[in-house]
Amino acid sequence: MSVVSLNVNGAVHEVDIDPSTPLLYVLRNDLGLRGPRFGCGLGQCGSCTVIIGGVAVRSCQLPVVAVSGEVTTLEGLAQNGILHPLQQAWIDEQVPQCGYCQNGQIMTAKALLDRNSKPTDAEIREGMEGALCRCMTYFRIQAAIKRVVNGPELVQEKDQQNDLEAAV
Amino acid sequence: MNTKFQFPKALEDALRRINPSTSRRNFLASSGALVLSLGIGSVPGARVLAQALDGPYPDPDFLQLDTWIIIHPDNTATFFVGKTDGGQGTGTAFRQMMCDELDMAYEQTRLVMGSSDTTPDQGGSGGSDAIETDGWPMRRVAAEARRVLLELGAERLKTPVTELTVSNGIISSLKDATKSVNYAELVGGQRFDVTLTGRNVNATTGTAAVKPVKEMRVIGKPIQRYDIPAKVDGSLTWAVDMKVPGMLHARNVRPPVAGASLRSIDETSVASIAGFVQVVSRGNYVAVVCEREEQAIQAAQQLKAEWIPPAQAPFPASNDLFNYIRSAIPTSSSDPRLTGDPTAAFTSAVQVLEAEYDMPFQGHTAIGPAFALADPSNNQMTIYSNDMKSYGLRNGVAQFLDLPRDRVRVVYMDGPQVYGRTASDDVGFEAAFLANELGRPVRVQWMRHEETAWDTKGPAYAFKLRGGLDTNGTLVALEYEARAIDYNHIGYNEPDTVLIAQLMGRRPERTAAGAAAMPSVMYGIPNLLLAGHVVSLPMAWETPLRTGNLRDPDGPQVTFAFEGFIDELAAAAGRDPAEFRLELLEASLEDDTFRRARSLAVLRSAVEAYGGWDNRPAPKPQQPGPIQSGRGIAYTSRSNTVVAVIADVEVNRDTGHVWVKRLVCAHDCGLAINPMGLKHTVECGMLHGISRALWEEVQFDNEKVTSVDWVSHPSLRHSDTPEAIDIVLVNGDPNPDRPDLPHYGAGETSHKPLIAAVANAIYDATGVRLRRAPFRKERVLEALQTART
Repeated sequence: MSVVSLNVNGAVHEVDIDPSTPLLYVLRNDLGLRGPRFGCGLGQCGSCTVIIGGVAVRSCQLPVVAVSGEVTTLEGLAQNGILHPLQQAWIDEQVPQCGYCQNGQIMTAKALLDRNSKPTDAEIREGMEGALCRCMTYFRIQAAIKRVVNGPELVQEKDQQNDLEAAV
Repeated sequence: MNTKFQFPKALEDALRRINPSTSRRNFLASSGALVLSLGIGSVPGARVLAQALDGPYPDPDFLQLDTWIIIHPDNTATFFVGKTDGGQGTGTAFRQMMCDELDMAYEQTRLVMGSSDTTPDQGGSGGSDAIETDGWPMRRVAAEARRVLLELGAERLKTPVTELTVSNGIISSLKDATKSVNYAELVGGQRFDVTLTGRNVNATTGTAAVKPVKEMRVIGKPIQRYDIPAKVDGSLTWAVDMKVPGMLHARNVRPPVAGASLRSIDETSVASIAGFVQVVSRGNYVAVVCEREEQAIQAAQQLKAEWIPPAQAPFPASNDLFNYIRSAIPTSSSDPRLTGDPTAAFTSAVQVLEAEYDMPFQGHTAIGPAFALADPSNNQMTIYSNDMKSYGLRNGVAQFLDLPRDRVRVVYMDGPQVYGRTASDDVGFEAAFLANELGRPVRVQWMRHEETAWDTKGPAYAFKLRGGLDTNGTLVALEYEARAIDYNHIGYNEPDTVLIAQLMGRRPERTAAGAAAMPSVMYGIPNLLLAGHVVSLPMAWETPLRTGNLRDPDGPQVTFAFEGFIDELAAAAGRDPAEFRLELLEASLEDDTFRRARSLAVLRSAVEAYGGWDNRPAPKPQQPGPIQSGRGIAYTSRSNTVVAVIADVEVNRDTGHVWVKRLVCAHDCGLAINPMGLKHTVECGMLHGISRALWEEVQFDNEKVTSVDWVSHPSLRHSDTPEAIDIVLVNGDPNPDRPDLPHYGAGETSHKPLIAAVANAIYDATGVRLRRAPFRKERVLEALQTART
């Protein structure tokens, strides 16, 4: 065991822990965070994604001692009670079904837009490729990212209007 | 859904137990104060819940109106329903239904779901029946609450009920606008004390009638799902987030090969791991328990155990599966369904087609591996779980551990998707068993390899079809024979068929017989034979090839074969595949629930929405370059819901890669409670179907499953997502004499025809018929090359 210092969402925490412990378990079990989740433990699905130094990182694979720089989790995206534009877009597009993977989707999208604020559709697909969703909300995820990149499209408002007209 | 909404009811029940002398009429008001004082604290809600309640946990009485609805002093209401929502928006839809019957605005209400001690047992979720079946008692009890409130209001306002109107929970006089009273002023914070009638929960009713559709104001609105904000801002307490004092972490150690027997465990191999607590084994069930999660993971990887492989191979390798199914002697056969005289009709047919279709085992492979936390403190057993059938888990665990039912409860919380995997919630039993053994709370989560290899599987099928066309190209005879590996289909949270029970050797003497499913044929086929057989694998128990319910358990398999073959017949007849199906539907005599007319409507709507559908037979003429595009249509029904899907694909001739570029769907599930949520469910159901069509397959050698992670078991990804999805909600009931359109289910129907639609589109693009799913690029390329030579 050794004392490890972690900067998470702007707050510094000291944790007495085996330094080889993957960051995921420290975030969840020592710091009580609920954004990153265990999906595979293999770095294959993205459910555990956090952002460190602007890069989307799989926290299930990263020993806590190897963390350098501030860790941002899903809980750290909102500023002064205002949701990050991606989070708002996720609500506007009604993205999640079960939502278990959405931490990874949102954090991967955040890192993508931080390095490329105007990705093409192809770049969105490529950038999001490693984030798996088994409810299959991919189409909505991509729509939500495009909403942030391009602003809400008229076509979506039209779609809502159709929904209203379908109402009995 | 959101656990903080569980406070009011749970705490008032706790208060009643703590202070039984509290009069029934006022304890709700005092509990309101308690809620407020606890709600201010920063302690996560569910943790307070855990400590506040110590049992016993009697069943909420579905015949009491108070079990379903509470009116709060601030003129808001909380609804309590015995369903679970894996993210398809049923919770929001239930709220809409109950709001309409109660005449309250959506924003004035909350909804609590699925915990065995706080909500009436409606069975949790499954079978796409939430809206179709369980919505009715909810509507009726809400209508009854409105009726009771109107009577109380009439008394208070000294005005006959017939002269009153209600809006947003405010009752007012039609004649004197100054006379009004709101629901809270009548019963806020108090009990209704109204007894309902009904022989079972689905029949629960008061004396009030439900509203006609034309009076509905909240139903039909595209209201955003209430559970989404907390899922995107990180504030939701998921089942996996639950922590209780003294909690330990466990991980399972599975047999290295199916059917292996445990000979010995070397506990010294893990004893030096920091935080190691115990190895627990019973029969062939083995788990390690540690203080911390990562310690338990390490211990499970490191534990040395000696296993004796079974004398006989438990199953053939997946490469040999379909030869095995076709050559095996069936363990049971269902009575064939016969219409007309197929034998004679085939004799006179001018064209006879035969084809065999193969569907492998497919798994749930949930994004979050199975999870449960069991807390045995206070001489009870509380299980925090995302089990879709939480009530069954409660009953099953009580039997498994021989505990009185009212000492066991399941607190339902959000978790990964629920398409049948948790209908038999193995991990809930494991957590409860370990907590009982150790006398401390134990949290268990499966590992990725364990989830992908050992979850329950959708049955594998081999089909044989024969069809006969007459000189006009009309389908005059069809034979369908299915062979399903569905021997010992797993039950719902049974204490002797969950995995831990199997591994412990505690299991029933006989396996469940199972059955091969038949297509629900709406087409008018004058001479028809449908036959089904069940085939078993050598090993029925302790096998990772356990079959269970996977999203319309047999529908995608059966529809792949049936709608694929209908497409073959259309092509052989030189007919447009949509027109061929329309004529088959028009020839149908069946129309009990207007499914025929509604089926015609969805097929026509899909073609119309597709835009520019040119009437022609498949395949499309060959196109220059490597990319071949094509379209495929498929139609099906599930219960009373009907759906038609068109898939546009691009097939790369050089690589075999298939991209489903666009999807068009026309869907009719009757009255749409929330068209926006419904479209979401329909869309994701279709994409799940694409994943099963193109990627998913359980692979195994002859002793273990070898597809164990997202590399060896691929799933649909962002790059292969369609670029356009068009969904048309048809919702047309052609019966002019029925003013009220019933609401049917939608959780599975759109998922069902996708494999067929994709196969039909690949044929249209390439002229090559794929009869073995999934259509991974290697398989497609091989089929294209074979067709060329």
